[in-house]
Amino acid sequence: MNAKMKIAAVGPAIAPPALSFKGLGQIYQTGSGPLEALRGVDFSVDRHQFVAVLGPSGCGKSTLLRLIAGLLKPTSGGVEAFGHPITEPRDDIGIVFQKPTLLPWASVEDNVVFPVKHKIGRVSREDRERARELLAKVGLAGFEKRLPAELSGGMQQRVGIARALHMNPDILLMDEPFSALDALTREEMGFELLRIWEAQPKTVLFITHSISEAVLLADRVLVMSGRPGRVIEDIRIEIPRPRSMETSSSVEMQDYAGHLRKLLLKRPETQS
Amino acid sequence: MRQSRSFRSLVDMPFFLPAATFALVVILWQLVADVFAIPSFILPSPTRILGGFGQIDLARWLEHVWATLRIALIGYLLSIAISLPIAIMLVRSKLLSRAFYPILVVIQSVPVVAVAPIMIVVLGSEDAPRIVITCLITFFPLVVSTATGLMATPEELIELSKSLRAPAWREVTQIRLPYAVPYIFSALKISITLAVIGAVVAEFVAAEKGIGYFIQFSTSFFKLPEAWAGLVILVIMSLVLFQAVAVVQRVLFPWSLPNEGR
Repeated sequence: MNAKMKIAAVGPAIAPPALSFKGLGQIYQTGSGPLEALRGVDFSVDRHQFVAVLGPSGCGKSTLLRLIAGLLKPTSGGVEAFGHPITEPRDDIGIVFQKPTLLPWASVEDNVVFPVKHKIGRVSREDRERARELLAKVGLAGFEKRLPAELSGGMQQRVGIARALHMNPDILLMDEPFSALDALTREEMGFELLRIWEAQPKTVLFITHSISEAVLLADRVLVMSGRPGRVIEDIRIEIPRPRSMETSSSVEMQDYAGHLRKLLLKRPETQS
Repeated sequence: MRQSRSFRSLVDMPFFLPAATFALVVILWQLVADVFAIPSFILPSPTRILGGFGQIDLARWLEHVWATLRIALIGYLLSIAISLPIAIMLVRSKLLSRAFYPILVVIQSVPVVAVAPIMIVVLGSEDAPRIVITCLITFFPLVVSTATGLMATPEELIELSKSLRAPAWREVTQIRLPYAVPYIFSALKISITLAVIGAVVAEFVAAEKGIGYFIQFSTSFFKLPEAWAGLVILVIMSLVLFQAVAVVQRVLFPWSLPNEGR
C-alpha cells in the first residue's frame, strides 16, 4: 500500500532504473567443463548515470556487456532495461567496442549511418544530416568522406562512438573503448566523452581495467572480482563536474584511486 | 658520379629490372641455340619462334585465340557464379559445411587431366565438356578462399548486426561479402590463370580449334617453332587476364588492396 502511494505521489522519480540486474549468473559450457563467468550480480543503474565497471581481465566484464546487449542469454537471474526484461537486443541500447571495427570500404559518414542502413535497408537525408552533426560533435568535421584507414586510432574510435550515438540510444555500453589508444589520446578521449555525455546525458556503462579512467569519468565505480565475476564494491565518485585535466591530479581523485587500488591489490593483472 | 646516379634511377624504375633481366635471358637463349646449333625440335631459338608466328596468318591465330579465350572466360564466369553461393552456404550452415566440404575436397583431388577424356565422352565434343573442365579446375580455390574471407569478418561487426536485429541476409551482403573481397580477388587471380589451363587441357583431348589444339597439332608434325609460338601466346593471354582482374580490383575495390598497392 505504502509503496503504491509513494509512486502516485512522487511519480517519475520512482520510474524503473535504466538497468537492473537480479541475481545474474552466467555459466559457459566449454570443452573442458563448465566455466562460471558471472555469479549473483545484483545492482541497478539510474537513468543518465555514468557507471564504470572495473575489474581484472577475465572477470566477466565483457560477458556482462553482452548480456545487457541481449547478445547472450543469462543462465540464471536476469537483466532489465527500464523495467523490461532483456530477452533480445533492444534499439535503445548502443555499443562501442574495444576496437573501432569500422567497415574499411565505407567512408566515415557511411560508417556512422551504417546501423540504419543495416537495420532498415536505406538511409534518409535526415540520417546523413544527423551523422554529420555527430561527426562534428566528436571533432571529425571535414573527415566525412575519408576512409577509416586514413584516420588515426583515436579518430577511428571517435567514429565508433558517433556510430553508436546515431541510433540515439538511451543506454550506451562501452567495452574498454580507449584501451587500444596511447595514454595521452586515451585521456583526451575520456574528456571528449564526458563533454558529449554532459551535453546530452545518457546512461553509460563503461567497462575498463584502468582505475584512473574509471574514477575520472564515472559517477559510480563497480569493482568486480576475478572469475566468477561478482560486484565486490560499489563506490560513488563525489568529484564535482565538469571534470578537467586538473581533476586527474586532484587529491580526491588520488584518494579514490588509492582506495580502489587497495581493493584490487591482490590482482596483479589490473593496471592503473 | 653522375653516371652512376643516372644508372640508379634507371634501376629504380619499376619495370626496368624485370624487363632487362628478361631481355638478357632471351639474348642468352638465342646465343646458346645458335652457337651450339641446337636443332629446333629440341629448343628453337627466339628468332625461330618469331618465325613460327608467321607460319599461319593472323586471322587463323585470332580464331585459335578466341576459341581458347571464350571457353576460359565462360568456364571462369560460370565457376564464379557457382562457387560464391556455395561458399556462402558453407559459412551459413555448419550442417551443410560438414556434409559438402569433404565432397569438395574429393572433387578437387581428382586430376582434371584424367577426367577430361571421360567428360568428352559423357558430354559430347562441343563446348559443354570444355566449360565443365574449366569450372572443375577453377572453382575450388574460389570456394575455399571466399569461405575463408566470409569467416574473417570481425566478431564485433557480427555482434553489431545481431544487436540491430537486422535481416540475416544483410549480414552477408553488407558485412561478410565485402569483408571477403580481398580474399575473393586473390582467388580470382589464381583462378583466371587456371581457367586458361582448363581450356587448354580440354583442347588437348578433343578440339579442332584453339591454342591448345594448335600446340598439339604442331608438335605431332614436329613444327616446334609454331608450338612455341602458341605457348608464348598462352603465356601472354594468362598475363593479360591476370592483369585485367587486378585492374578490376584496383578500380572497383581500391580499399581492398594492401596500403602500398594504392
